Amino acid sequence: MKWIITFLIVAAGTRPLSLAADWRQFRGNAANSVATGETLPTELSGDTIAWKARLPGRGLSGPIVIGEQVFVSASSGYAQDRLHVISIDTATGTQQWDREFIATGRTLTHDKMCNATPTMASDGERVFAFFSSNDLICLDLAGNLQWFRGFGSEFPNASNSLGMSSSPVVLGHTVVVQVESDAESFACGIDVESGVTIWQIDRPRAANWTSPAILPATDQQSALVLLQSSKGLTAVDPVSGSIVWNFDQGASTIPSVTVDSGSIVIPSNGLTAIRPGKDNTFEQLWNSSSISPGTSSPVVVDGWAFALNSAGVLSAGDIKTGERLWQLRLRGSFSSTPITANGYLYLFNEDGNAFVVKPEKDQGIIVSELDLAEKILCSPGAANGALYVRSDAHLFKIAERH
Amino acid sequence: MELQIVRIFAFLLTMALMSAVRADDISAAIDVLRAVRPGAADSAAARNAVQEVTTGGSQALLPLLHGFRDATPLSVNWLRNAFEQMADAETKAGRQLPQSELEAFVADQSQSPFARRLVYETLKRTDPGIENRLIPDMLLDASPEFRRDAVALLMTEASHLQDAAIATPLYRKAFSGAVHEDQVKTIAEALRKHNEEVDIQKHFGFLSQWSIVGPFDNKEEKGFAMAYGPELEVNASLDLNLQAEYDGQSAKVRWQSISTTDDYGVVDIAKQIENYKGSLMYATTTWTSNKEQQVEIRLGTPNSWKLWVNGQLVFEREEYHRSSQLDQYRVPVNLRAGSNTLLLKICQNSQTQDWAQRYQYQIRICNSTGSALLPSSSTARSEIGSGVRQ
Repeated sequence: MKWIITFLIVAAGTRPLSLAADWRQFRGNAANSVATGETLPTELSGDTIAWKARLPGRGLSGPIVIGEQVFVSASSGYAQDRLHVISIDTATGTQQWDREFIATGRTLTHDKMCNATPTMASDGERVFAFFSSNDLICLDLAGNLQWFRGFGSEFPNASNSLGMSSSPVVLGHTVVVQVESDAESFACGIDVESGVTIWQIDRPRAANWTSPAILPATDQQSALVLLQSSKGLTAVDPVSGSIVWNFDQGASTIPSVTVDSGSIVIPSNGLTAIRPGKDNTFEQLWNSSSISPGTSSPVVVDGWAFALNSAGVLSAGDIKTGERLWQLRLRGSFSSTPITANGYLYLFNEDGNAFVVKPEKDQGIIVSELDLAEKILCSPGAANGALYVRSDAHLFKIAERH
Repeated sequence: MELQIVRIFAFLLTMALMSAVRADDISAAIDVLRAVRPGAADSAAARNAVQEVTTGGSQALLPLLHGFRDATPLSVNWLRNAFEQMADAETKAGRQLPQSELEAFVADQSQSPFARRLVYETLKRTDPGIENRLIPDMLLDASPEFRRDAVALLMTEASHLQDAAIATPLYRKAFSGAVHEDQVKTIAEALRKHNEEVDIQKHFGFLSQWSIVGPFDNKEEKGFAMAYGPELEVNASLDLNLQAEYDGQSAKVRWQSISTTDDYGVVDIAKQIENYKGSLMYATTTWTSNKEQQVEIRLGTPNSWKLWVNGQLVFEREEYHRSSQLDQYRVPVNLRAGSNTLLLKICQNSQTQDWAQRYQYQIRICNSTGSALLPSSSTARSEIGSGVRQ
C-alpha cells in the first residue's frame, strides 16, 4: 500500500508526459504533420477563434503544445537580435512568461524570413528554441534557462545570408539540429538534459532549409533521424550519430521528407517514395514528377500523398503507386506545411486564409474557410481538439465553442 | 536591561554577518555566470548560480546588473535570465523593484548596454513616463537601441513641423545619433528635400578609396582557395607591392585605383570595371588610426570574400549570391596606432541567373554601436593609374 501511495504522490508531482495530447515539434510529435487522435473543428468561422494572443516582434516558427502550455518563439529589435521564448496558457491565451535572450550569431535574413523561423521542440519536460542565428536555447517549462548553445559563435561560418530555417527534432534523450549552409555545414545530437554535444557529423556544404524527420523504430531497427540535403537523404542513428544508410539521388533543399506507415516520401524529382528494408537497405517504391511540393513539406496519411505547391495547387497521389489522383486549386500563395487530423487537411495561405479540405477518392472538397487577415507563414500545431497558428503579431487558438 | 541590549546587539551582528556572507555568495554566483564558456559544460554550475542569485531577492539585483559589464554574449544571456526570474518573483510577491536605483542604473552609460536596456524595458512596463525622462538624452548612447529611440523622438517631432527652418536642425540633430540604415535614409531624404547636403558615406564610415587588381581565375569557384600574387605577398609577410604586375585570368594585370561616391559605399566591380564571370579581384586600402583600438569592420557583399588586416586573415566566407545587406558581416578587429592595411579578396562565380550578376562590396569601420569611426586619413594605397569612378 505504501508504495502505491508513494507512486501516486510522485505521479501527482511529476508532469504527465501525455504525448498524445501534445504537439512537440515542427510537424508534430512524429514530425510528419499528422495529428494522430485529434478531432479539430471542420467548420471554421470567427466563432471558432477561441482567443488570439499578442506576440512580440516577428516569427515564422510554428507553435508547440505541452500540456496546458503553448510555446512559441519570436525575434525582435532592429537587427532581429532579441530572441523570445514565450509560454501562453492554452485555456485563456494569457502569456505566462516571455524569456528574452541576445543572439550570439548572425541575425540578418531575407525580408520574408526572420531570426525566429525554426519551430521549437520539446521532450515534454523542457523546450528547445532554435533560431536562424543558430542559437539553441533550452528552458524548463517554467522559463528557467537550462543551457544555451551559441552555434553561431561556435561555428561562425555556418550561416546563410538568406536565413536558416531548419527546426530541431527530439528523439529520446537527443535533440538533433541540422545546420547547413554554403560555407559550413554540420548536424549534431545534443543531450537534452546537459546541452552537451553527443555527436556531430559533417554535412554537405550547401544551403539547406529542410528539417530532420523521424523514422520510427521497428522490430529490426531502432528509430532513426532522417537528414535531407541537395545530395539526398541520410538516415542517422540519433544515439551515436553513425550513418545507417544513404539515399543519394538528390532532394529539395526547402520542403522536407515525411514518413508514414513505413513509407518515406522525399521531395526528390517531384516526390520519391522509398521503404527501408533489412540490413540497412531500402527499396524505391515510386517516383512521381506530377506531385511536386513547393515550400510546404508533403503530407502522407491514410493512403494518400499530398503535395502543395507555392501557388496553392494541392495535389493528391496514391501512396502505393505515386499516381496523381486529383488536384485542387486553393487561393493565394503558400509557405506553411499543412497538417492533417481526423481525415481533414488544414492549410493556411500567406494572406491568412485557412482552408479545411476533405480529401475524397477523386477530388478534394473545401469544407470551410476562415480569414485570419494576417500573414501566416508558419505551420500550425494541433493539441487537445484545438488548432494553433501564428502570424508575426498574434497566436490564434482555433477550437469548437463549448 | 543590559542583557536585552546584548541580545539585540548579538542579533544585529548575526544579521550583518549573514548579510555579508549572503553578499559573498551572490558575488560568487555572479562570477560563475560571468565565466560560462561556449559549449554546455558549465550549464549545471550556471543553473545553480542562477538559483543562488534569484533567491537573493532585491539584495542581488544591482550586483547582478553590474555583472553584465564586459560579459560575453553567452554570459549576458545567463545573467538576463536570472534577472527576469528575479523580476518575475518580485512581481508575483507583490514587491516593487527599487525604481529610483534602477532608473539611475539605466542612465549610467558606464554600465552594460544590454543590462541598461533590460532594466529600462522592465521599468517601462509599469512606468511609461520613463521614456520621456530618459530617452531624449540618449542620442549618442552606447546602446544602439537607446539611440534609435532618441532619434525616433526627434524624427517624429521634426516631421510634424511645417517650417523647414525649425525642422532642419532637428533632423540634423537626429542624424548625428542615427546608426540604423532606415533612420539614416529617412532623415537624409528629409534633409535633401530641404536642399541640405548630407554625407551618408561619411556618416557611416564607408571606405571609398581603393586600389584594386584583377581579374584572377575563379572558374568552378576554385580561386577562393588559390593564392594569387597579392595574397602570396601577404602569406609571405611582405608588404603589398602596388607596382607589381601579375598573371591575371587572361592577361597581365596591374593595380588601379577605384573609388565610389555611392551613399552606401558600394564599390561595384561589375559596373565600374567589368563583371568578369568566374573571376576574383583583390582590393586594398589603408586606414590610419590615431590610437590602438578595437573596431568593427562591417562588410556587405553577395560574393565570396577573404579579409586581411595588417597581413592577418581576419575572416573568410565562401557563399555566393545569398543577398547583400549593409552590415551583413561584423568582424571585430584590433587596429594599431598609425597606418593599417586592409586587403580584400572578392570572388565572383559563373552563375548565369539575373540575380547572380552582382560583383560588389561595401566596407565600413565603426564601433560596436555602429557609429562610424573616421580615420586620421584614408586613401587608396600609393600613387597608381587613373581612377575609375562610379
